Amino acid sequence: MLLALKNRFAGWLFQLRGAEAGSIELVQRRIFILPSRHGMIYVAALLLMLTGSVNYNLSLGFVLTFLLAALGVNSILHTFRNLARLRVSPGRVQRVYAGDHAHFTLAIDNPGALDRFSVGATRDGKVAIFTDVPARQATIISVAVPAPHRGILRAGRLTLFTRYPLGLCYAWAYVEPDVSCLVYPRPEAGHVPLPLPAPHAGQGIAHGSGQEDFSGLRSYHPGDSPRHIAWKAAARGQGLLTKQFSGRADTELWLDWQATPATLGVEGRLSRLASWVIDAHAAGLSFGLRLPGVILPPAPGNAQHDRCLEALALYQPG
Amino acid sequence: MAPATDRLHPRHIGWLVLALIMVAAPHVERVAWWITLLAATLLAWRLYITYYALHLPRKWLLLLIAAGGLGGIYITYGRIFGRDAGIALLVIMLALKLLEMSTLRDAMILIFVCYFLVITNFLYSQSIPTALYMLCAVWIVTATMIGFQFHGRQPGYRYQLRSAGTLLAQSAPLMLVLFVLFPRVQGPIWSLPQDAYAGITGLSDKMAPGSVSSLILSDAIAFRVSFDAQIPPANRLYWRGPVMWDFDGYTWTAPRFPYMVQREYQALDEPVEYTVTVEPHSRRWLFALDLPSRLPPGSTMSNDYQLFYQTAVNNRVRYDMASHLSYRDNAELGRREHRRALALPGNTNPRASGLASQMRKAAPDERAYIAAVLGMFRNQNFYYTTTPPLLPRENSVDEFLFSTRAGFCEHYASSFAVLMRAAGIPARIVTGYQGGELNTVGNYLTVRQADAHAWVEVWLKDDGWVRVDPTAAVSPARVEAGVAAAVPHAEELPFLLRGEYAWLRRARMTWDSVANSWNQAVLGYTQDRQRQLMRRVGIDDATWKSLATIMLVATGAITLVLALLMLHKLRASRPDPVSAAYSRFCERLARRGVARHPSEGPDAFRKRATTARPELASSINSISALYIRLRYGEAAHATDALQLKREVSGFSP
Repeated sequence: MLLALKNRFAGWLFQLRGAEAGSIELVQRRIFILPSRHGMIYVAALLLMLTGSVNYNLSLGFVLTFLLAALGVNSILHTFRNLARLRVSPGRVQRVYAGDHAHFTLAIDNPGALDRFSVGATRDGKVAIFTDVPARQATIISVAVPAPHRGILRAGRLTLFTRYPLGLCYAWAYVEPDVSCLVYPRPEAGHVPLPLPAPHAGQGIAHGSGQEDFSGLRSYHPGDSPRHIAWKAAARGQGLLTKQFSGRADTELWLDWQATPATLGVEGRLSRLASWVIDAHAAGLSFGLRLPGVILPPAPGNAQHDRCLEALALYQPG
Repeated sequence: MAPATDRLHPRHIGWLVLALIMVAAPHVERVAWWITLLAATLLAWRLYITYYALHLPRKWLLLLIAAGGLGGIYITYGRIFGRDAGIALLVIMLALKLLEMSTLRDAMILIFVCYFLVITNFLYSQSIPTALYMLCAVWIVTATMIGFQFHGRQPGYRYQLRSAGTLLAQSAPLMLVLFVLFPRVQGPIWSLPQDAYAGITGLSDKMAPGSVSSLILSDAIAFRVSFDAQIPPANRLYWRGPVMWDFDGYTWTAPRFPYMVQREYQALDEPVEYTVTVEPHSRRWLFALDLPSRLPPGSTMSNDYQLFYQTAVNNRVRYDMASHLSYRDNAELGRREHRRALALPGNTNPRASGLASQMRKAAPDERAYIAAVLGMFRNQNFYYTTTPPLLPRENSVDEFLFSTRAGFCEHYASSFAVLMRAAGIPARIVTGYQGGELNTVGNYLTVRQADAHAWVEVWLKDDGWVRVDPTAAVSPARVEAGVAAAVPHAEELPFLLRGEYAWLRRARMTWDSVANSWNQAVLGYTQDRQRQLMRRVGIDDATWKSLATIMLVATGAITLVLALLMLHKLRASRPDPVSAAYSRFCERLARRGVARHPSEGPDAFRKRATTARPELASSINSISALYIRLRYGEAAHATDALQLKREVSGFSP
């Protein structure tokens, strides 16, 4: 209850509004500023200097203390200005395997006439990267976000911050760009041999393999494999039609969920399938993927590789 | 793009060392020599380590050096804390910290200590040169701090200095507001270390042969005076200081507990009005012309017309005064004072006593006797000199009167007072300053330590205390025109007291006038002055609350103005003429149905546009080529931009 209240308060205070599409301008109300830890020490040092000046009646001590106090106030404006009106737009994200880091790229655009220095970006508040954004230019930064699980990884809330120029103030803005990264299952470690390709006319053994591309339909001739009958067309009352495949290979490689031992568990089985997809693709084979509820017919090439891994990444058991 | 790092860049070390040297350098003349040596060695060591990328020294070694430094400071200063020892300690520890730290976090702390070291310099000097030098030091320290904020690629030193300069310059208005309006409290809040005001020269409450003449070599300013009307003639400018009653045969001493009952006197002229700004001299005396007719706020006057401030004058004190230059003293003298003013130590200076009784017998009355003694000084071969021969502690007056016969004002005053007392005339010594130099630039009088003087007051039955200046008898020039005129040229005098170079004198007066304004406006800005200023702008009883309110409002206003000026630059800047011309060209094409896509490059757009509108191909090609050359080409001419502008203006599809 209290936590929920706290979250709502933070949401209101920091204007958290969920993911935003397109580029985000760091307008004034998005930027927050507080003294940094060094800023606190600075204030304490100034108080010490003020007491010293009063005690010894040092006029120049007052001058120095007030100059430094004014410098501190001034640095609030400068730090704020170093972040204000930057535009953040999300860039491309490379797909990664679970356990790696997803690198979200952000373009930080500075349309103004003022160079910006040491703008940091962080997601977890621990690891940060810094970049300078010269006037009327844009720089690309990439924020590494750990991707522990397969599936869709959202960029989440990033913090853009700066302490420039004096390190006495900490200005920050939350941005949550609407980007996500597809995380493939982690390929199983160690070499797991690919399943044997099944002969083309395999007698109904489910986990066969094939290397052909679908090329069209023709009318059914007796003797055609029942696996190649276009049952959907038959269901629509178009009569029995046989799927025709072009290609020279007489074997097709099927990467089948059923071929993986159930003892591995769901994620383990997906990992094995992922490592098969990678190996098959590396070997230049044509391969298909069969998951409960998902069938990707055999095909060679990068697109097939991506398609298969995507299916594995998004697979919902049960 | 660079990952965050907390490690120090070698350039950071260089800057830090420079900053540290800047803020600690003025202390070199004040701390013991070995502290300078140790600190310099430590800094050089750090630079060496940085240059050759070596490991930092081990902790135990640094601890050992720290302990050694601490011991050394205790042996040298006899304490660890206090002003001088504290600063020595701070400098050593700062240099050691530099050898120990390797992170930016530590470096920031060092920066703050550097700022603090700047303030310690003001304990010794708050002059204009010090202020300017320290401004430079603060500039360097701030630039160092800016450098710390760069991750990865380091900026050039010029950039750092420029940014720091900008930041400091922008802070100036707010600093001024805070300085004027921050509610001032009269210090000290707690007791100061004993050595807080050590080493300030000035008059003392004792006068022995040589004590005044030692001041003659000091150019230091004792106080400045601006007169409301005409400045009185030099021979009437007797600035009254400590009055001494007790003589032990060698040294005159002021009463430790002055009799604080104010004495009445009869003024014989209109008072002279003036304002004195006295430099700190760590004693309670305030100086005024003989005789003060008014008390400065917070001061009292003793029975011998001496002004005492409520505390020791450890800061510049400014007060309005009025004095009567002609007066007749109240003729009464209490029995105790009478006895005190006649006391002479027994068995000392027998020849002087003999001379006194002999001359007194020859003179018909006291006035004639005084005249006879002055005549003796004037007519016999007595010399006025700033470098008198040393006198023995025993029978010093005899020695002076009968053998050396060369002395400075304290010799004449002392022997004259002894001759008076020996003849039964109550006498006392008054020390202070005589004369002063007119600053023609600022039209005020500067009184230096070199103007220190001692004279005698004798008590006569009808007239009370009367001033007699025996020095004037020996050397009238001293009183008429100052020390410089009174002593032979060969003698040592402060350079500035000699008036040989007119231009030099002029320059010096201008400088002193500037320094005086600085003292009045900046250094003398205290609680009282703040109240005065507030009264002048119509705030009659400025409490700290009203001051704080005004201060906050003014701070807010200044910050707002600064923010508006600064944030103005952030807007997407107006495109340069080349971009402006090209976008005009794109707009015109868009109106004719060929709109450029946001992602379309100028060349791709040119191809599409020429296909869509072949009749405009030649101008589209020419404009695009110019634009591409100006934007991406290397060999763009200055005339190309004008050409582009012209062609776009003429482009009307």
